[in-house]
Amino acid sequence: MSDHEYTPKSKVGKWFNDRLPLLTLANHLTDYPTPKNLNYWWTFGGILTFCLITQIITGIILGMHYVAHADLAFQSVEHIMRDVNYGWLIRYVHANGASMFFLAVYIHIFRSLYYGSYKSPREVIWIIGMLIYFLMMATAFMGYVLPWGQMSFWGATVITNLFSAIPLVGDSITTWLWGGYSVDNPTLTRFFSLHYLFPFLILGLVVLHIWALHVPGNNNPIGIDIKKPSKDTVPFHPYIVIKDLFALLIFLIIFAFFVFFSPNILGHADNYIEANPLVTPAHIVPEWYLLPFYAILRSVPDKLLGVIAMFAAIFVLVILPWLDTSKVRSTVFRPIYKQFYWFLVADVLILGYVGAMPAEGLYLLIARVATAYYFAHFLIILPFLGMKEKTTPLPLSITEPVLGGSADMAMAKNNSDYKEKL
Amino acid sequence: MSDSDKKKPNRRDFILTATTAAGAVGVGAAVWPLVDQMNPDASVKALASTEVDVSSVQPGQSITVIWRGKPVFIKRRTQDEIDSARAVDLSELKHPEKDEDRAKDPEWLVMLGVCTHLGCVPLTDKGDYNAWFCPCHGSHYDTSGRIRKGPAPTNMEVPKYEFVNSNTIKIG
Repeated sequence: MSDHEYTPKSKVGKWFNDRLPLLTLANHLTDYPTPKNLNYWWTFGGILTFCLITQIITGIILGMHYVAHADLAFQSVEHIMRDVNYGWLIRYVHANGASMFFLAVYIHIFRSLYYGSYKSPREVIWIIGMLIYFLMMATAFMGYVLPWGQMSFWGATVITNLFSAIPLVGDSITTWLWGGYSVDNPTLTRFFSLHYLFPFLILGLVVLHIWALHVPGNNNPIGIDIKKPSKDTVPFHPYIVIKDLFALLIFLIIFAFFVFFSPNILGHADNYIEANPLVTPAHIVPEWYLLPFYAILRSVPDKLLGVIAMFAAIFVLVILPWLDTSKVRSTVFRPIYKQFYWFLVADVLILGYVGAMPAEGLYLLIARVATAYYFAHFLIILPFLGMKEKTTPLPLSITEPVLGGSADMAMAKNNSDYKEKL
Repeated sequence: MSDSDKKKPNRRDFILTATTAAGAVGVGAAVWPLVDQMNPDASVKALASTEVDVSSVQPGQSITVIWRGKPVFIKRRTQDEIDSARAVDLSELKHPEKDEDRAKDPEWLVMLGVCTHLGCVPLTDKGDYNAWFCPCHGSHYDTSGRIRKGPAPTNMEVPKYEFVNSNTIKIG
């Protein structure tokens, strides 16, 4: 946070700011001291904000042309694709935008895991982030139902049936969610209503996420506390703004590739067949970003326990700040954790792969081992590793490894080791 | 805390508790319509029963009809299928039910064509028991629609049905 009090220069600005301190907020966001060693993994917050805004704008436009009715939804999506001016573009941006949103959020989450950004004092930022992630999954799921294709219908059937695993009240809850005895028109209309609402809830949580971030300030690649503002920080504008914009441009190239050159590669051909409640497609798979959780669900041979395992896979992430007992944030100084970190990345990728494959034979065995390892990572390895691991020494400041703790070149430590290396 | 802090509840405390309780009941009553509107409405409930003409169904053949938005399998079983369903020892079953209780008339098996795992429609004449197999998560059902292998917890549900006459089944 800026230490100095901000006073607008103009009289009008001062008059307004005394009544609603928006200019003070703008000044705080501009001057906000940011660690100067942030790397490109830190640009995904800005990219994610862009994704959310894109989804909201394209979504509002699609809502102007889409008809939420079981008999008309499928036709209205084709109407958007063929008749509405630039409808194809807006729909492809929205559909691929969801995938891009998840791509960015997974990088953002794994950045946090690598550099320990979830640790004290940033637990609340992390938990709000997990709430956002959960709402994103719910929103994406309901959005996928709206075109009312075969995958929409059967995806909705499978996911809503998860709730029927709850003992005693499960069937009543499922009937309540459906508004009938199966997924049908009442289900579609309520999903549309909620799909429209949730992004705005996410937007509210994003504001809280950023607010909570601005209390302790950014973590950084070496994960140590820094004084703000100091020689270790740079103002958010222009330094971080320009860096974020550059990263966003690179991201947009990938985004545009999908939209313009392979807009359907992340979808399923079955969803271009209108929903039919009598025929289940031979191979139901959710969208790629939900596959690891789907693999966990299927790896447990019991219905209720499978559902519990799937939700627990998300819940262990929420309580992660208390499962990781190590006080050292950055993986840079945790040689053993670094290996386990990459094991986890591989484990999640494997879960994603087997989630897309039929649940039988070798795939099922791999899914079970990977599921067991996923939970072992969070519930066994992290708590014990934090107590046992010998970490490498932390530098005192961002500049210390180079300048011996001082930003003043003349004060640079005449470190003989350092000179010898040169 | 000193003793003086632990005073007896007085009239003010009583009024506060009573008001809060009344308020909670009021809020609950106001919220209930907002929750209950999502339950099946009158038009959905009105479609509660369906009559099916089964005169053209041959032995070994299965038809699928829609009841309450869900598929219902009506299978006219062959003698082999009936025998294999009735020969099973109940102790082998995950959800023990006698075939006699599931199919009142042994030739006709009427059940919801909905996998009890996560609601997919199983494929007919497939799987380890050459009866029903759910392609979604690999549940195998026998010729009585009972779960034999895979993640589904229970047998496929037998709805309430009756023979109106020898050619017509009324479901619901």
